[in-house]
Amino acid sequence: MFPTPIEKTSRNWQLTYQAMLPAALVLWLLPLLAVALFSIKPDADFTSGNYWGVPSSFNFLENYGKVFFASDMPKYLLNSVLITVPTVIGCVILSSMTGFALGVYKFKANLWVFFMFVAGNFVPFQILMVPVRDLTLDMGLYNTKIGLVLFHVAFQTGFCTLFMRNFIRALPFELIEAARVEGVAEWRIFWFVVLPLMKPALAAMSVLIFTFIWNDFFWAVVLTQGAESQPVTAGITSFNAQYRAAYHLMSAGSIVAALPPVAMFFLMQRHFIAGLTLGAVK
Amino acid sequence: MSSPTKARTQRSWYKRNEIAVTPWLFLAPGVVAFLLYVIFPIFQSINISFYEWDGLGEAYWVGLSNYEELYWDDAFYVSLRNNLIWLVLYLLAIPAGLAIALFLNQTVTGIRLYKSLFFFPFVISQVVVGLVFSWFYDPSFGLLNQILGVVGLGPINVLGDERFVTYGIIAAGIWPQTAYCMILYLTGLNAVDPEQIEAARLDGAKGLRMLWHVIIPQLKPATFIAFVVTIIGALRSFDLISIMTGGGPFGESRVLSFYMFEVALSEYGFRMGYGAAIAVVLFLIMLCFIAYFLYSMYQDDKGGR
Repeated sequence: MFPTPIEKTSRNWQLTYQAMLPAALVLWLLPLLAVALFSIKPDADFTSGNYWGVPSSFNFLENYGKVFFASDMPKYLLNSVLITVPTVIGCVILSSMTGFALGVYKFKANLWVFFMFVAGNFVPFQILMVPVRDLTLDMGLYNTKIGLVLFHVAFQTGFCTLFMRNFIRALPFELIEAARVEGVAEWRIFWFVVLPLMKPALAAMSVLIFTFIWNDFFWAVVLTQGAESQPVTAGITSFNAQYRAAYHLMSAGSIVAALPPVAMFFLMQRHFIAGLTLGAVK
Repeated sequence: MSSPTKARTQRSWYKRNEIAVTPWLFLAPGVVAFLLYVIFPIFQSINISFYEWDGLGEAYWVGLSNYEELYWDDAFYVSLRNNLIWLVLYLLAIPAGLAIALFLNQTVTGIRLYKSLFFFPFVISQVVVGLVFSWFYDPSFGLLNQILGVVGLGPINVLGDERFVTYGIIAAGIWPQTAYCMILYLTGLNAVDPEQIEAARLDGAKGLRMLWHVIIPQLKPATFIAFVVTIIGALRSFDLISIMTGGGPFGESRVLSFYMFEVALSEYGFRMGYGAAIAVVLFLIMLCFIAYFLYSMYQDDKGGR
């Protein structure tokens, strides 16, 4: 193990390390801790200039209550859910199929199709912006959640195909060959042999896509406007405009907007990290 | 007499070609969606860049004049310069991530929680990171200036000063990116071969020499991915700029992706053609990296099945 395990070092260094850990963490998360502190302060603290002192009262419930009951925030959150969840489902369906096709079959165009997905996935969003917005307008889906979902599913299929294909390639190929020898139809091999083995990869991928899509800002701005279809990343700017200079509410709003992916991360940590670091180890 | 034969040939055509046809059936929905929303739009954008178009009315063919205008456009060069600064400075996230990973690669109690909390910034949306950092930088009450005040340095308006603004935003972007690189390296360090480390220790290698000659070569796959995601992240920068400064002050914090959006879709006008031309330039820059990434993956893939 590198660096030298802490239990094999001097007592002094062990104690220093134990003390450095929390200090480094506080320093690392300082900007976030500041926002967390803001979000429980009462309005009066800001007008009296008490930005960084001890809160004069603990206003957690008041501030977060206002975010949930006196603003459009719940609407934005619901929009985000209604955009993110269908996108995840769509990606899982499309990419388990494309990943299966590219991971199991040998055919001439295989690598080319695969590279198309990979290359497209790296493309800057701006080169797609004008035509995609146009396409969405033409389909009458501008400023709808479904318009955003369709684009996200299509675009994320690039990343997901890369992910699934690499995973399927690492599966033991003998399983598929054995099934073929038995005369099992190809689609049944997909459904009964490969799909059950893909479960961990699909879980990892779903958590990642959930986070990516929840945190998307650019496409939300390009393809939607207004509280009826905007997700929370785009909605937070209108929220902040509504509560200009009310830092306690803006802070509480930001924390609420950031929370779902954070919760997802802590609940599904193993899958999340497995997905994110796929390929980091050979 | 003919009908059973026909039925058999029909069934057997599919059976005979099952292995050839099935992958295309499975690929069809994904490929169609991807072509429609990603591949075709790239070519459409290239095409639009030769037109003058407001997005609604008639589009006029103007040849290369959008690119000519770009050539004389100061704002374009400011954006391009900032893009380069982003690219170079963003790469700092890789050594920073490695440093934190080395710091956290221990087995003391509670280390798992520490690792998750260090990773935390990556999970938060860039919009929130942008908001958090713009308050952090705030000249009147921001924490940064409070700290600087203690040391005796005057308040700096990071986001209002054209000298600092791009660096201020990049610092905000490096924060989650470092967390990402850290998690890549933590996973990589987990898989480093302990026997090689022991052997190197017996040979008297330790500290930085060990890191450089034994550990980093084994972390190569993690470094490659960190490099890919960091380059992409740097060139995709849009959210932070949009949230923190809106390109200001005086357009000094623009990058190509933001400038393109501003030209094509903001109150400054709906110049789709000109915007598309900017996007094409950004795309060409990215294409160099994409070609390199694909080449590396291809080299890798030849070893596999």
